[in-house]
Amino acid sequence: MIKETLNARRLLCPLPVIRTQDKVKQLQAGDRLEVICTDPGVMQDIPAWCRINGHKVLETISGDHEYIIILEVGA
Amino acid sequence: MLAAKTVMEQGIHVEGINFFTGFCVEGHTHAIREKDKAKPKRNNSLWVAEQLGIKLHIVDVIEEYKNVLINPKHGYGQHMNPCLDCKIFMVNKAKQWIAENDFDFIITGEVIGQRPMSQRKATMPIVAKESGADDLLLRPLCAKNLPATLPEREGWVDREKLHDITGRSRKPQMAMAEQFGIDEYSQPAGGCCFLTDKNYSAKLVDLWKARDNKNYELDDVMLLKVGRHIRPQPNFKLIVAREEGEGRFLQGYKKDYISMACVSHSGPLVLIDGSPSAEDLYLAASITARFGQGRDAEQVDISILSKDGSERTIQVAPMKTEAMPKEWYI
Repeated sequence: MIKETLNARRLLCPLPVIRTQDKVKQLQAGDRLEVICTDPGVMQDIPAWCRINGHKVLETISGDHEYIIILEVGA
Repeated sequence: MLAAKTVMEQGIHVEGINFFTGFCVEGHTHAIREKDKAKPKRNNSLWVAEQLGIKLHIVDVIEEYKNVLINPKHGYGQHMNPCLDCKIFMVNKAKQWIAENDFDFIITGEVIGQRPMSQRKATMPIVAKESGADDLLLRPLCAKNLPATLPEREGWVDREKLHDITGRSRKPQMAMAEQFGIDEYSQPAGGCCFLTDKNYSAKLVDLWKARDNKNYELDDVMLLKVGRHIRPQPNFKLIVAREEGEGRFLQGYKKDYISMACVSHSGPLVLIDGSPSAEDLYLAASITARFGQGRDAEQVDISILSKDGSERTIQVAPMKTEAMPKEWYI
């Protein structure tokens, strides 16, 4: 299992989702991706994108103007 | 949403494509501002896909879209919106996508007469022809008013179950939504593109004029959505954060622009775009001071941070409101 981190700071919707989508294409089922963002909208959008595309959100963290989503790539 | 639902009702597998040009209006752009915190921060295309239970592919077309915006064959609409060229471009991209992903045809939610530029009876065949999609482009909401497309002729889609909506009214769509049990939908009358916005278009034209060319980067067009833009001289402009959220957003650009802030009083972060002279920086500093709490002071301290990270502080008298010509505001 690979764990990778994607820096999506400063990007506004839907770019964090696009970057996540592109990164996930390079990963295998079961791999984990941590996405670090500054747009609060990702807390809705990346989980929505994961639900639509069969990936699993393992954790979401809201920090001081930073938002982290850890997801597991689906089959 | 309704076009997809209409076709899905016939048992056809549908997936969504959403193209991101850099000019899309989304709640998140507004989410930069503190005053808009209460607005929903969802991406509408993702939300629609989830409601429909379909996959959605979001495609970054920022680079390719530049040519559509800079050189629109069919011209601009009321503002800087190249709607017809944009539609042709997107349908062409969709045609490429279906070929690469083994899909059979394209559907759009277009309705004859709904939009003044790209959805007229005369222009809809142009979209089909110039995009190269031709009769692979099905418009389920108004298909009965158009010649049968390949999916209809081949019987992949039952034409009789498609619709014949025309005109600007959204009442037929609202009735259809009710039939499908859809009670929440977004943007019933357009407004999903910044290029249709008068103020945004004015800022874009100003940017092109100041640079003497139409090239742009994503950061340029993102910054046009944020702050007050003030151009006191042709060679530079100020981008003034209007509140904390915008200030936080502009902080991310301090390495790419000269920035200013008042240090003797509280005040906004200001970015300077262009090539200001040393004298221009004094003018910019006095304008920066005008937007801070020290606006009525005789003199304030303004910190100037260069792109190379060097910093200095100058003393200026805040510009009086009445001394700022309205024409400076873009």
